[in-house]
Amino acid sequence: MGRYVVRRLLQMIPVFIGATMLIFLMVNVMGDPIAGLCGERKCDPATTARLKKEFGLDKPLWQQYLTYMGNVFTGDFGTAFNGQKVTELMATAFPVTIRLTLIAILFEIVIGIALGVVTGLRRGRPVDTGVLLLTLVVISVPTFVTGLLLQLLLGVQWGWISPSVSSEAPFDELIVPGLVLASVSLAYVTRLTRTSIAENRRSDYVRTAIAKGLPRHRVITRHLLRNSLIPVVTFIGADIGFLMGGAIVTERIFNIHGVGYQIYQGILRQNTQTVVGFVTVLVLVFLVANLVVDLLYAVLDPRIRYA
Amino acid sequence: MRGATHARWAVCAVAVALAATACGGGDGGSGETGAVLSASWGDPQNPLEPSNTNEVQGGKVLDMIFRGLKRYDPETGEAQDMLADSIETKDSRNFTVRVKNGWTFSNGEKVTAQSFVDAWNYGASLKNNQRNAYFFGYIEGYDETHPEKGEQTADTLSGLKVTDELTFTIALTQKFSTFPDTLGYAAFAPLPQAFFDDHDAWVAKPVGNGPYTVDTYTKGSQMSLRAWADYPGNDKARNGGVDLKVYTDNNTAYTDLLAGNLDLVDDVPASQLKNVKSDLGDRYLNTPAGIIQTLAFPFYDKAWNKTGSEKVRKGLSMAINRDQITETLFVKTRTPATDWTSPVLGKDGGFQDGLCGDACEYRPDEAKKLIQEGGGLPGGKVTITYNADTGSHKDWVDAVCNSINNALDNERACAGNPVGTFADFRNQITQQKMSGPFRAGWQMDYPLIQNFLQPLYYTNASSNDGKWSNNDFDEFVDRANQETDTAKAVGLFQQAEEVVRDNMAAIPLWYQNGSAGWSERLSDVKLNPFSVPVYDQIKVS
Repeated sequence: MGRYVVRRLLQMIPVFIGATMLIFLMVNVMGDPIAGLCGERKCDPATTARLKKEFGLDKPLWQQYLTYMGNVFTGDFGTAFNGQKVTELMATAFPVTIRLTLIAILFEIVIGIALGVVTGLRRGRPVDTGVLLLTLVVISVPTFVTGLLLQLLLGVQWGWISPSVSSEAPFDELIVPGLVLASVSLAYVTRLTRTSIAENRRSDYVRTAIAKGLPRHRVITRHLLRNSLIPVVTFIGADIGFLMGGAIVTERIFNIHGVGYQIYQGILRQNTQTVVGFVTVLVLVFLVANLVVDLLYAVLDPRIRYA
Repeated sequence: MRGATHARWAVCAVAVALAATACGGGDGGSGETGAVLSASWGDPQNPLEPSNTNEVQGGKVLDMIFRGLKRYDPETGEAQDMLADSIETKDSRNFTVRVKNGWTFSNGEKVTAQSFVDAWNYGASLKNNQRNAYFFGYIEGYDETHPEKGEQTADTLSGLKVTDELTFTIALTQKFSTFPDTLGYAAFAPLPQAFFDDHDAWVAKPVGNGPYTVDTYTKGSQMSLRAWADYPGNDKARNGGVDLKVYTDNNTAYTDLLAGNLDLVDDVPASQLKNVKSDLGDRYLNTPAGIIQTLAFPFYDKAWNKTGSEKVRKGLSMAINRDQITETLFVKTRTPATDWTSPVLGKDGGFQDGLCGDACEYRPDEAKKLIQEGGGLPGGKVTITYNADTGSHKDWVDAVCNSINNALDNERACAGNPVGTFADFRNQITQQKMSGPFRAGWQMDYPLIQNFLQPLYYTNASSNDGKWSNNDFDEFVDRANQETDTAKAVGLFQQAEEVVRDNMAAIPLWYQNGSAGWSERLSDVKLNPFSVPVYDQIKVS
């Protein structure tokens, strides 16, 4: 197990370097970031030169990348165009997005798996058909439609929630945005769990467990669920990184100043430091989440343990 | 919820009538000046320094916390003395400025002549990377503090001299008669010593001399401004303060306004314009601002700069149905342009309704003829380049192209060419990569006809992106700047504008309006010529 973890950690290094380099290239290919800094007017050449020097944009790209990565390892992510340290931006944006992601993941786990188990055990019954239909609707309606609709109904028409999230973004204000963010994944989790449960229900070990006279709840939780959760865990694990980076639409609708918002602003203003910095951290989140998923496999099914 | 809100206001109205107490919206009023209002805001792009802020969002704050030598009248746009006791000149080149006595910064420091000179020297100095440094470009010694290339050889502008505590002199490199009227721009604001002593602390919480002080500032999310009780000016804030909240999307801000969470939005989203009347009734404002949208041409491209090209440009202009586009697409939040300035200048300021004449009217038949006479469209078609990330530019560019295609009876005559980001768009423009007309928006820095012409059309001027060059135009502008009599100067600028018209240096499209919507708590909401709400005049009930 130990060697497996070390090998996985070593594998992360080339992935990390490759991903950050790609992002670095992509942002830089978009052109000269200084051009948009002075509005509709051209920055005068002297100021342009000074600004480029300040942000290190006057050096060749490979050198920029090396200096950047060198700085990253010392915890210096550079400065955004508005004079703020990128680490400062991260310190305000990540806690908000982490809270949002947590809520979304919780929704996925609690509602998704519960619905999946219920429908999986009652295949073909009205409950099953109803939930299947519901998930189909959720999957087929784009997130921004769900978001705007909930915002309009709950926020403006009925006044249950505030349509926008305040800058502190406490947990209670993030519940509806979290649900919107989770909605599509939640539907997938439900369907995934349902299929997996329905499949494993007929397997030999479940029949054996029942034949041994184990109580029903024990059969379901210890035997059926444990094996059925493997694909679900993979999905949810990959979803953590996806939710954090992909919350742009939800964050925009509910005015949440999280990671998605910062990356969006960074791209609009072509702010290399912000975009690369945030994406670097997101890449790390992805990698760690994947590692955790792989380790969880081993916990769920001892046969998968390598080495 | 709405019903409940109404009831609450009814109760408040009774309470006000009985006890004359202010009804705060939960934010808590500050007693004598009244309650605090909340308003939508956008994250400023650059650090908040007067000479470093060149967009509306940062400009809003500067307008609240700073007062300069001059101030533009919120209604007429006329430059009036604010901190300036007098600005005198005999030759339109050397100016003597007397600063009014009795003004202080909100930290207690006195506003002196030195406050201005220090601030301007800071703004002009190359090593401070100020985006608005060029505003000081007319002052003598600018080329030493801010050379085109290389290191600066001086830290201070030689053209600025403090003669006593409240007096300083300005020497310009050339005659510039309307120079005093430019001094209302935020870049010319005075700065306290605290700015230079601890710059980081100042930027984190700016200190100025305007009617508001910064209470708290959380970058990227909110700035709370409070009325400054000891403000010495006569435009004291009529409310307790303003909470500027950053919105990522003006649609969300509008939704918040409807839900009663926000008091003021100063940018009603285009998609809501159809509902705004029924949503807000007369709590909605739509007035002209000093913004004009034009199509510029790449004069560095031979195809667009040969004899007869002006006929092609005029023809294109005639092929655009401005009335229809502004009415259907923009729901009358734009006004078809008939000159190259803006109605906010007024007649005396140089706005000439209809100067463009036939060339700005929709005449499809003549358009076709003119373009043929001018040798046809270069390569048989035009592409209009624009940035697709903001401002729904795609919609109107497509509409303009449709209009051109219809007029020319050619499905392929015109097509839009979207560029992903504004930065990249600007990038391609400065690298002179445009092969056809491109979007050019101009928001005035100060309400002067000079500002609509010189930066855009003077040879090698800072925003002359199309590199248009015309001796007659340059000569008129030079003469206008030398003219001490304002009316005559305006007349000369108008003659220069006629040169622009005769050559169709850029196609004027429409003047842009500013819009605002507000909650029932507010009254006296106005927009100034820069389409920024006049916050200090807003009353909160």
